[in-house]
Amino acid sequence: MAEIVLDKVTKRYPDGALAVSEANIEIADGEFIILVGPSGCGKSTMLNMIAGLEDISDGELRIDGQRVNEKAPKDRDIAMVFQSYALYPHMSVRENMAFPLRLAKVDDATVRAKVDEAAEILDLTQHLDRKPANLSGGQRQRVAMGRAIVRSPKAFLMDEPLSNLDAKLRVQMRTSVSKLQKQLATTTVYVTHDQTEAMTLGDRVVVLRGGLVQQIGSPQFLYDNPANLFVAGFIGSPAMNFMPATLADGKVTSPLGDVTLTDRVRQLVEAANANRDVIMGVRPEHFEDARLIDDAARGGGVVFKSRVEVLESMGSDKYAYFNVDGRHIESQELAELAADAGTADAGETAMALVTRLSAASGASEGEELDIWFDADKVQLFDPESGRNLTYSG
Amino acid sequence: MAIQTAPDQDQWTRPSIWTRWGPKARWGLIDILVIAYAIIPVLWIVSLSFKTPSTLSDKSFIPNEWTWDNYINIFKTTDFIQALINSIGIALIATLIAVVLGTMAAYAIARLDFPGKRILVGVSLMIAMFPQVSLVSPLFDMERSLGLFDTWPGLILPYITFALPLAIYTLSAFFREIPWELEKAAKMDGATPGQAFRKVIAPLAAPGVFTTAILVFIFCWNDFLFAISLTSTNESRTVPAALQFFTGASYFEDPTGTTSAAAVIITIPIIIFVLFFQRRIVAGLTSGAVKG
Repeated sequence: MAEIVLDKVTKRYPDGALAVSEANIEIADGEFIILVGPSGCGKSTMLNMIAGLEDISDGELRIDGQRVNEKAPKDRDIAMVFQSYALYPHMSVRENMAFPLRLAKVDDATVRAKVDEAAEILDLTQHLDRKPANLSGGQRQRVAMGRAIVRSPKAFLMDEPLSNLDAKLRVQMRTSVSKLQKQLATTTVYVTHDQTEAMTLGDRVVVLRGGLVQQIGSPQFLYDNPANLFVAGFIGSPAMNFMPATLADGKVTSPLGDVTLTDRVRQLVEAANANRDVIMGVRPEHFEDARLIDDAARGGGVVFKSRVEVLESMGSDKYAYFNVDGRHIESQELAELAADAGTADAGETAMALVTRLSAASGASEGEELDIWFDADKVQLFDPESGRNLTYSG
Repeated sequence: MAIQTAPDQDQWTRPSIWTRWGPKARWGLIDILVIAYAIIPVLWIVSLSFKTPSTLSDKSFIPNEWTWDNYINIFKTTDFIQALINSIGIALIATLIAVVLGTMAAYAIARLDFPGKRILVGVSLMIAMFPQVSLVSPLFDMERSLGLFDTWPGLILPYITFALPLAIYTLSAFFREIPWELEKAAKMDGATPGQAFRKVIAPLAAPGVFTTAILVFIFCWNDFLFAISLTSTNESRTVPAALQFFTGASYFEDPTGTTSAAAVIITIPIIIFVLFFQRRIVAGLTSGAVKG
């Protein structure tokens, strides 16, 4: 168990490409921290640098206060779980899990005891004598975890450990990873590109984009107070709705109508020195069927009328999709997010406004609906820098 | 009436024997042709080796008079036994060295990025393509002045030279197949680079190493050009070269029978070698290492 500190850690490749730029992260002892971002954001590079599989070009990496930049992976006492599991195919499950202990020259009795204990925790006892080729994906994943936990390392590094599992198993394994981490209370750095995993697993989340740390914080904090357009768009599913708007005299003119900002938001915007042109962001759950809002509450928001294009009923909620005119936004950050989500060339539907209405809503496909949204939950962003003008962190 | 017409219709609708058994029959025929093409010369030389001198040219595939004399005769002469020892020794030593060097080189080529990698690969490919016959005269002169002519090292060295590109190529293909993450995992588990290679990479590369060993051994074993040009006595003459110097019981007698017997004998080690190693060449040994 250990604390890990990244002090201006930078990775520059020989061809000049900057994979990670001056990352400052302090990971407390026993903390579960998630590195998240779209592919190519440098999250895996960062993990490999902590592991010692890649050299650090600049800055310092400290584990338990000791500089480890120059230490070989084996001297860092860190275990890693790979995306591909990287099990040794010529060894049985028992041998796979015992491998780190054998290398550490642990005596046979202890090896046996520790492997049995880990197998017990991971429910692998009856598979100990099988070869990895004869295991299912979930079992292989657990063997990979087992190999990491047997030697009680200072920290676990996990590189998208669940991304090769099918959806159902992934949810199940997510819970067990979380439980296991709490049980062992070992510092864990977990890399994923899946924002759901990031939200559900970690104590804190680090959002990365193009090698730069965008924001660090608890999942809920990132969700409520994204530092910029990128974090706002990345965290949350379905994603936040963005539209161009203009700001004047505490009022926002948007394709959804004029929004009178609440005092709280107005103060934040004034403090942020906002320009006239802004991007307005509203999360899907901040919309509601106007008929379900009582008159007292109505005043705190804006009501607009639009035709329901698509309605998806989830039982607990209804997702209603609307087409809103004039929603095209020129933003590098949003383009990147769209490219990562694969919606960049999906056309019209990508432009649609997503709302999450309560199940009691009478919305039906193809019909006009009055929709209300909470003016206090509106977030405004600077189109140039992407900065959140309503950030209250 | 209806009963009578039914079979007629059936004949039209049912696929003919040829189309039903077509693919199998065609492939079977092709297989038989290929096997026959490969095995008839071998059987022929086996047949010759069992014939008596008087029936050698009786044009009969199966010997009319069976005899072990040819085999007994070749083992009576020290020439053949010495040549056999030379062949086995030289081929084994050359194979061992080529495979060890080739393994290391192939690993470096598959895994590392070092300056001059492309040149190294290019040069080794060039050596493999170089016509060996054009090197025989310079090698002859060099080996004579270096005192290597007609010695074991005098043959082992050129064999290694020409076997290495083959070894490097085959082995680097095998190394590329092994997921790199396994090595990273071994490092994370606390292995030194040497341990990672010995305990994880080498066992997985074993089928490749054995395959390469067989190919290199066969190359060395079969070589005639270097063997005939760089040797002059029984000191280092290998079997393919020694066969040339066989004589019959008298100077005028045709040594066909003994030559055939010797040819049969030198095929045996190859067969043993392949049979011995083929059990180790198990395909799909790496399955289960990564997702899959």
